Amino acid sequence: MNKILTIIQREYLSRVKKKSFIVMTILGPILLAALMIVPVFIARMADSVYEVAVVDDTRFFYREFKDANDVEFTDLDVDIDTAIELMKMDKFDAVVHIPTTAFQAPSTLRFFSEKAININAKLYIESILQNEFEKLKMARAGIDPEVLRATETKISIQAIRLLKDGHEQTDYPEVSMGLGIFSGILIYFFVFLFGAQVMRGVMEEKTSRIVEVIVSSVKPFQLMMGKISGIALVGLTQFSMWILLTFAIVATVQAVMPESFTFTPHEQIYVSSAQSMNPAELQEHVQRIEQHNTAAGQVMEALSAINFTVMILSFVFYFLGGYLLYAALFAAIGSAVDNEADTQQFMLPITIPMIFSIVMAQMVMNNPAGSVAFWLSIIPFTSPIIMMVRIPFGVPLFDLWLSAGLLILGFLGTTWLAGKIYRTGILMYGKKISYKELWKWIRYR
Amino acid sequence: MGQTLLVIVGGCIFITSSALGSWVRFLHIIIFHMEYIFRAENVDKKYDKHQALSNVSVSIPRQGIFGLLGPNGAGKTTFIRIINQIIAPDAGKLFFKGEKLKPSHISSIGYLPEERGLYKKMKVGEQAIYLARLKDVSSRDAKKLLKEWFEKFDLMPWWDRKVEELSKGMQQKLQFIITVLHKPDLLIFDEPFSGFDPININLLKEEILKLRNNGTSVIFSTHNMSSVEELCDHIALINNSEKILDGKLENIKRAHADKVFSVSAKAFTKPFDAVFHPLADIIDKYTIKDGASKLRVRLADAYNANNLIEHILPNLQLLEFKEELPTMNDIFIKTVTGKNPGELKKDDLKAYMGMNQA
Repeated sequence: MNKILTIIQREYLSRVKKKSFIVMTILGPILLAALMIVPVFIARMADSVYEVAVVDDTRFFYREFKDANDVEFTDLDVDIDTAIELMKMDKFDAVVHIPTTAFQAPSTLRFFSEKAININAKLYIESILQNEFEKLKMARAGIDPEVLRATETKISIQAIRLLKDGHEQTDYPEVSMGLGIFSGILIYFFVFLFGAQVMRGVMEEKTSRIVEVIVSSVKPFQLMMGKISGIALVGLTQFSMWILLTFAIVATVQAVMPESFTFTPHEQIYVSSAQSMNPAELQEHVQRIEQHNTAAGQVMEALSAINFTVMILSFVFYFLGGYLLYAALFAAIGSAVDNEADTQQFMLPITIPMIFSIVMAQMVMNNPAGSVAFWLSIIPFTSPIIMMVRIPFGVPLFDLWLSAGLLILGFLGTTWLAGKIYRTGILMYGKKISYKELWKWIRYR
Repeated sequence: MGQTLLVIVGGCIFITSSALGSWVRFLHIIIFHMEYIFRAENVDKKYDKHQALSNVSVSIPRQGIFGLLGPNGAGKTTFIRIINQIIAPDAGKLFFKGEKLKPSHISSIGYLPEERGLYKKMKVGEQAIYLARLKDVSSRDAKKLLKEWFEKFDLMPWWDRKVEELSKGMQQKLQFIITVLHKPDLLIFDEPFSGFDPININLLKEEILKLRNNGTSVIFSTHNMSSVEELCDHIALINNSEKILDGKLENIKRAHADKVFSVSAKAFTKPFDAVFHPLADIIDKYTIKDGASKLRVRLADAYNANNLIEHILPNLQLLEFKEELPTMNDIFIKTVTGKNPGELKKDDLKAYMGMNQA
């Protein structure tokens, strides 16, 4: 036992002290944050203005072209050929041509450009013209646009789940989906990242020929488990550092720009809904709720509905379970081969269930309580990913315990099997290994 | 009365004798295990269809250097791995210092495998301490012991360097230190000299002899027969999974003496052939000086050295007469292939190679 601790200590420290680990730990959350912030920044940093000349032969629409963020319109009362000449002289980026025939046939509308077309500008122009043509048609049909606008209704049904304990809970499947697929992919990524580290560690010991020195002091199984446990601790360290750092970054950003993070909590609005409300107050109240029903507000509410303690605890469990299940197999592969190139043929059976899980995640999210979701979240090889996808939607306790129990049995099984391959494999040099050979090793006493 | 006395005396004799018997047995065990540090009885090991060891019994004497010899693939490494409990035998008994071999014995055994290496990216000192801790040496003790050994082998300046920065020779030295650091009672060296230059081989030999003199028992597996003759007290020869030879080096050599004698002499009148006939055949002959010749002769089975001397003395002036003991190299080749080294033909070699690669 003492020796296993010594091995775990070495495996852990030698990895945590590496520069690449420190860099990844710090860079991980920053990259993640950057992934979300940078696109916003880039979108805001309006790059050069796109100048569009409007050649309106009908002289009917040109007033409707209002400058937008990065598109500017110029009305040109010239014929189209002149306008195109002007564009070629770099006066404009593009030309919109509305011929007189446009009233009868909108398909004669043209958008000319010398450079690659700015798709946003094109879409914007299309929406303007579409709007105007609709108005025109309505006027012809004698429909008052104001009346039409008043009849427009946007419907978004609030999904409410009746929980067994009598509570109601608003469901936001979109947010649960996002969270589910995110944690599923994170598990996938972690299992492969650290599983491959186990494999490479085993191969390092085998190819550097230190393994025989070590197994003359400790049992091969102890060495394998020491390595797997040490790397699991590395994974947990990295994960918790990421969570801490992400919280730290979010807290800092909140402190620096408080206004972008102020959301009125849902409860406060309902609390103020006193029974006695005059119509004016009611009107105001409804408006406030409607205001609240913006996308950001919904995400915030959905997130607050999800139990993050359960999420994080089950993430840690399924990460560890999935990792242990696969790491033992990775160790077995590392022990069986002499170099990295030979690992490919044995990697396939490990990779397939993992990729299959990711592929099936979409189907599981469409029906998180269906039988496909149930079975895939029970079977140990797919359960780490699929169960994480299911958890944000809410999972019956029975499923959770069954899946957890089977996952533990699963990793005990793979570890036992891998141990048998490992103890023979690490001492076998210069032999091309086949599956038949591995099967022989499993049966050795 | 007399009957009672008889019964008492008889009882006394019985008690004494049975007590004596157990004492004798006890003494036997003590003496036996005083003599041997490790014993293997009827060890079998099979890999799938390949028989690696069959019914091998070997006793390793205390405080000696035991040569474990055999051609490639004969089963030496399997046997050594069994001693180190890296693999388990299919059948057979194993004793270390008289006790059944068990995991805690690992810390009393030091093993330098033929396939050896170190973590390349790990620092020299750190790595040595780690490997010592796996042999149940505390890190403080390990540091102290390592400093002594590092001084002796000039490795001290490399303590904080990575192993990959060491030369191959230095890495070998480091591995030797790691093997002996925890002061094991039994040391196992598998081809310890491969990769060393002659100066370092000498240094290593001296250290091995020093360890032997301080009471350590050593198992020494090698193909280098000259170092076997130089170092070993006992040997065992394994071929094709079976032990085919075992005993004191000296006795084995004597037993394999081929009745070959080297003779220096001056013949009087008769030629040498006639002088030795019919007791011995001349294998080899060349003239040295003043008409004296040096001969190698093989004595016929029915005679001994005295017969030969009596037979030849009247006809020549004897300058030197010495029995030639075979070298370990010759014994090895002869026992493994069944032929004298000079008689080996290509086909024999082929057959022999095939035999051991099954």
